Amino acid sequence: MAGGKERILKRRIKSVQSTKKITRAMELIAASRIVKAQARVHAARPYSEQITQVIANLAAGGAGGTSALLAPRPEIRTVAFVVLTADRGLCGAYNTSVIRAAERSIATHQAEGRQIFLVTVGRKAESYFRYREYHIDASFSGFTESPSYENAREVAQTVAQRFDDGEIDQVQLVSTRFLSAGSQSVVERTLMPLDPDSIGLPASSATTSAPAAAVAVAAPGAGEGGPAPSQAGYEFEPSPEEILDRLLPRYVEARMFAALLDAAASEHAARQRAMKAATDNADELIKSLSRVMNRARQDTITTEIMEIVSGAEALRQAGALVQDDLLVDRIISVDAFPSRI
Amino acid sequence: MQVELVSPERILYTGEADMVSCRTTDGDIAFLANHAPFVGALGVAPMRISSPEGTVSVAVHGGFVEVRDNRVIVLSDVAELAEQIDVERAREALERAEAELRTDPDDASAAAALARATVRLQVAG
Repeated sequence: MAGGKERILKRRIKSVQSTKKITRAMELIAASRIVKAQARVHAARPYSEQITQVIANLAAGGAGGTSALLAPRPEIRTVAFVVLTADRGLCGAYNTSVIRAAERSIATHQAEGRQIFLVTVGRKAESYFRYREYHIDASFSGFTESPSYENAREVAQTVAQRFDDGEIDQVQLVSTRFLSAGSQSVVERTLMPLDPDSIGLPASSATTSAPAAAVAVAAPGAGEGGPAPSQAGYEFEPSPEEILDRLLPRYVEARMFAALLDAAASEHAARQRAMKAATDNADELIKSLSRVMNRARQDTITTEIMEIVSGAEALRQAGALVQDDLLVDRIISVDAFPSRI
Repeated sequence: MQVELVSPERILYTGEADMVSCRTTDGDIAFLANHAPFVGALGVAPMRISSPEGTVSVAVHGGFVEVRDNRVIVLSDVAELAEQIDVERAREALERAEAELRTDPDDASAAAALARATVRLQVAG
């Protein structure tokens, strides 16, 4: 039927246009959220910098590796994986690349005969691993777009508790690091035990987990309780070891928080990019569909002209006898081609 | 003397001060200008930052304080300036905690809630 194809195309164009409106809106929202998320990353930096500084000072003051958080376990039986993804999709490869990196790493640990303790953050990781029948030990969701410190603490404590109990020997964190709005990369880091080097503690005293060694290091400075003058000139209240024991869990939380904020910023950046691509794609689709539609319309018009012309021609030949009947001139005039041409 | 109050989410307060007083796990301590380097773990207690312009009170619920080079840096997960405290809520929390403690005197979480609410009310005045 003439015009049928045209109508279908028109409908498709309309639906692409409304999809484009949605993706465009999501792009703009994501773009504004990147800025906000980045601001939060910056706002959180002073705390983690200061806490690292304090730990370094404690180290200088003689607090060594008495903390279980600093000593790598001699035998690693269970590895915890904390996988940070988004709650929602529509953000390109953001979720899949994190999940794939995690899955690969999990497989290597399993090949070495280690138990896996899986913690998912974000609905996407949860549904992925659940569908593939992994055993999920804990899952969190609902806050990945703008995590609060409370959320970070919750996640950190889930693994920290079991780490302290000896149920878990190592904690790996798989997440996306936000480098710039244009580039993010998936990273896997060891959250626990802490790497003494990275926080400025002398590695030697931490790796030899024997308490005797640590006490020997701490002995010249720290007395039992009370303010104790140290080599670095710091006074501590209570003892450096006690402060360190309180400080390190906070440090783990701060790192988890930083990772969550980074992941949130990356999520928005990934979504912005995906939605921009979708919008551009919709533009292109609209352009090519309108071309096809215009051609279809032109085709219909041409066919119609052909039909009328040939019809008229046939009539003229047939009606040569009755000359005053249907005059070709009259048919080809305005009535036959209303405003189309 | 420069004072910085830093929470994990942002810097809550920065300013000049003549004296900062707070409570570590071992007891009360005050810092004046040119205090010796110091690191301490904070208890749940009000903290006062005094300067010629007046005194700023902060409810600090645990955390750490570091003093060096005439700078006092306070790191705290939960810290509230006096004007941020919801007095009504703190009072309710206080009553709730007291009621819970009456029924179960060994309730640790209620005792902690009581301490927090008390400090909040002290700071808010």
